[in-house]
Amino acid sequence: MRLTTATAIAALTLGAFGAQAQDKTVKIGNLNDMSSLYADIGGPGSTLAAQMAAEDSGLVAKGWKIEVIGGDHQNKPDVGGSIARQWYDVDNVDLIVDTPNSGVALAVSQITKDKNRVFLNSGAASSDLTGKACSPNTIHWTYDTYALANTTGKAVVKAGGDSWFFLTSDYAFGHALERDTEAVVLASGGKVAGKVRHPLNTPDFSSFLLQAQTSKAKIIGLANAGGDTTNSIKQASEFGIASGGQQLAALLLFVNDVHALGLNVAQGLTFTESFYWDLNEQTRGFSDRFAKRSKGGAKPSMVQAGTYSAVLHYLKALEALGGNPKDGAKVVAKMKEMPTDDPIFGKGTIRQDGRKIHPVYLFEVKKPAESKGPWDYYKLKATVPADEAFRPMKDGGCPLVKG
Amino acid sequence: MFGIPTQALFSQLLLGLINGSFYAMLSLGLAVIFGMLNIVNFAHGALYMMGAFVAWFLLNWFGVNYWGALVLAPLVVGALGVVIERTMLQRLAGLDHLYGLLLTFGLALIIQGGFQNVYGSSGQPYAIPPQLTGGQNLGFMFLPNYRAWVVVFSLTVCLATWFAIEKTSLGAKLRAATENPTLVRAFGINVPLMITLTYGFGVALAGLAGVLSAPINQVRPLMGADLIIVVFSVVVIGGMGSIMVSIVTGFALGICEGLTKVFYPEASNIVIFVIMAVVLLIKPAGLFGRAA
Amino acid sequence: MSAAAPAAAAQAAIAAPDAARDFRIAFAIMTALLIAAPFVVYPVFLMQALCFALFACAFNLLIGYVGLLSFGHAMFMGFAGYIAAHLAKVGSIDFTLPLIGVGPHWRFGPLPPLVAIAAGVVCSALLGLLVGALAIRRQGIYFAMITLALAQMVYFFCLQAPFTHGEDGIQSVPRGKLLGIDLSVDLSMYFFVLAIFLTGFLLIYRIIHSPFGEVLKAIRENEARAVSLGYSVDRYKLAAFVLSAALSGLAGATKSLAMQNASLTDVHWSMSGEVVLMTLIGGLGTIFGPVVGAFVIIAMLQYLSPFGQWVTIMQGVIFVVCVLAFRRGVIGELAAVWRKSL
Repeated sequence: MRLTTATAIAALTLGAFGAQAQDKTVKIGNLNDMSSLYADIGGPGSTLAAQMAAEDSGLVAKGWKIEVIGGDHQNKPDVGGSIARQWYDVDNVDLIVDTPNSGVALAVSQITKDKNRVFLNSGAASSDLTGKACSPNTIHWTYDTYALANTTGKAVVKAGGDSWFFLTSDYAFGHALERDTEAVVLASGGKVAGKVRHPLNTPDFSSFLLQAQTSKAKIIGLANAGGDTTNSIKQASEFGIASGGQQLAALLLFVNDVHALGLNVAQGLTFTESFYWDLNEQTRGFSDRFAKRSKGGAKPSMVQAGTYSAVLHYLKALEALGGNPKDGAKVVAKMKEMPTDDPIFGKGTIRQDGRKIHPVYLFEVKKPAESKGPWDYYKLKATVPADEAFRPMKDGGCPLVKG
Repeated sequence: MFGIPTQALFSQLLLGLINGSFYAMLSLGLAVIFGMLNIVNFAHGALYMMGAFVAWFLLNWFGVNYWGALVLAPLVVGALGVVIERTMLQRLAGLDHLYGLLLTFGLALIIQGGFQNVYGSSGQPYAIPPQLTGGQNLGFMFLPNYRAWVVVFSLTVCLATWFAIEKTSLGAKLRAATENPTLVRAFGINVPLMITLTYGFGVALAGLAGVLSAPINQVRPLMGADLIIVVFSVVVIGGMGSIMVSIVTGFALGICEGLTKVFYPEASNIVIFVIMAVVLLIKPAGLFGRAA
Repeated sequence: MSAAAPAAAAQAAIAAPDAARDFRIAFAIMTALLIAAPFVVYPVFLMQALCFALFACAFNLLIGYVGLLSFGHAMFMGFAGYIAAHLAKVGSIDFTLPLIGVGPHWRFGPLPPLVAIAAGVVCSALLGLLVGALAIRRQGIYFAMITLALAQMVYFFCLQAPFTHGEDGIQSVPRGKLLGIDLSVDLSMYFFVLAIFLTGFLLIYRIIHSPFGEVLKAIRENEARAVSLGYSVDRYKLAAFVLSAALSGLAGATKSLAMQNASLTDVHWSMSGEVVLMTLIGGLGTIFGPVVGAFVIIAMLQYLSPFGQWVTIMQGVIFVVCVLAFRRGVIGELAAVWRKSL
């Protein structure tokens, strides 16, 4: 648990107006993987994003006190759970954001519900967060396994990749991504030749890749993320997977992964994201400001951008409520009531089951010759409109959805 | 054979051999150190990791390539070993052997924690040297060049070590000092120096294995932590009796692991521990060990 | 740990007449502190520390009084934690064998906390019997390596077995009710944990001072002599091992209910190392040492966590310092200064 007090801004000049009954202090905790395979995708960059949202909300000038802290869950649900518990019990944190790693996210979602606070998830993928594990205190913000499967899976099968072998990260996220993708593959007329589960944060994929090779499936679906995905892609090239006629489908790839792989290795991969820094004027504007302050000048990943968007909307809801009611369910209900609008995803809404709705995009990694330089990596292949991108509410099995 | 494609069989066997070479090199070092110092070196895994990191530093900070690292990294790690032995391990003489285990466990935590602090727990990539990229399609399997090199090179190192210890006069003095240090000292041989150098040599072997492993396993602070536990069971299975036993047991268990990956992959993580349990039941002193 | 043991034994001999009285005073002070503590300190932290304290005491029973260094004690704590968490949350037993795919399978629904904990203790005792029977076939360093390797095997089992949910662990374990008291309130749960800790602690004290305990100490001092006196040393060792495993299981099962999760952290080798450290820093072979050690280490983990992996480095440094210069530990040093047996 790494606590970094990122911002603690007291509004001294407006202190005279502080006599109102409403509490205008907010404490935001970015619970993240700060040191391991997801640290580049979320990590300290998400703390920065939350901090930028606090600054851009304009609330500080109106007499609010907003503090952003960060903690390292080390990808362990028990560590993440005990940090969350302590943040709520001892440190009076109102909101936990981001939290990649679906295993940790599901634990935190439950604790948030027990303590009636707010959990805005950007980094975790499992569609269970708005399915059977949905909660009146949780909003799943940026993307989910259903959206990934539905977009990438369909596109790959349509292009002729009709037999699949899954290389799956062995925890909640991988299982959900494999499950959702398998459903799409089968529904689109493809078949699944086999699957193998690998531990989180695996250095050597060779024996798993050999099993995939033996299956003779046309597509090796990588149901993993971050460092695990980049490692599988690199080692697949070492073992000559492509020369054997098999193709890799990276079901979840982030701009930082492409940056780490380099275009030579990554070119041609097709995958799904809901944000890319170079989509339009607004995304470029935000990303430039982000890159000026991020480590190594990195552009924001979709997870970090989503964290910004989520915190911004949360603060808007608090402002509309006239203060911090210290009642998580009430704040989330207000957030669902208000339409969202921000530079990241444009206009959108939040569904009753806690799913934030916006378009998602199918991208292809550029060839080295097509790229104008670092971070110029994606070609937009297709846009899936907001109402088609995510799982229909009735299919999720969320108990909050009536009817 | 049993419906298993030959390609899968041979490829997994190769991977088993590669793991086996790391087991062999590490258990060899452990055995040499245990023979002289009566210490089970828990820091062995951490020093293996350091070997990989030194190679990474050499490449990224000083531009020294893989081949340079293969020579320099073991020397650096060996030098650190000499310092550890001189400043700490020497002070444990006469105490229960378990204190050596605890001390080196503490050292392992310090080294691993230090690297984790700076590099997190995910890996730093280390590229395969350009001379060894690519692979051969042998028809029955695809053989990546680098992995073939690892097996050949580590086998050579193991056999050279065996030769040096069993067949040279220096090795003879070493073995004599292990058996009866007082008597050997009487011949005018500097036994403490010999002990120090032995420890340095043992950990240098671990450092060398680390360099070999870097392009395969990436350079990670915890790369040695889990490996050392497997190596411990390799040592229990073989007994820390002789050099050759360590080499053979290491490679053989690597192959067993590879075969398990073909026939029942779910058990591949535990097969070595199961073998250890069976050996303990049948022959408590280890397959080749003398009763303690 | 024969090197530290004679000193402690000599100490005990000097202080023997007053030993029982000293123990009662120290025990009363400890109990009073622990009753007052949750009103000052975060109770969840205290519960965690108490579970680790019991775990360290159980471990100390083996190393401090029999001289066996188990480097895999996390397997008992973690495995019992999984069993208790699973039974308290899901409540089913499934012996479906891999490869064949058949076997008995019962579902009976969530069990009350005491039953879940008891089941955890029974399972860790059985595991202790299996592991102990294998490990005592070798001595000294080999014993440590074997327990470590077998613990790693249990770790991989827990990683892959369906009921443990691998990396995700078992989350949101219900604490349930005891005699109509709702344990989901932190303070109620704390006193439940405290009661379990004190029971376990007194049990260990009784074991050490029973005739059985005297034989264990004789084995620690000189195994060959104990054999020649006609004691079947292996049986005593095994019995001590099983007792220690069961008590570690009690700590782990209680912890999984108190913290409401069971996870891989508790079966990992680093946890086995941590309990060695707790006992070492508190004082091997002292009764109160492991308790002090556990509180020191857990407080360190808690309050130094903002510094990331520096905690690991500090643990390593403490190990090195303890081994090189401070082999009696905190309580051992105090006992030597005060000439008391603690």
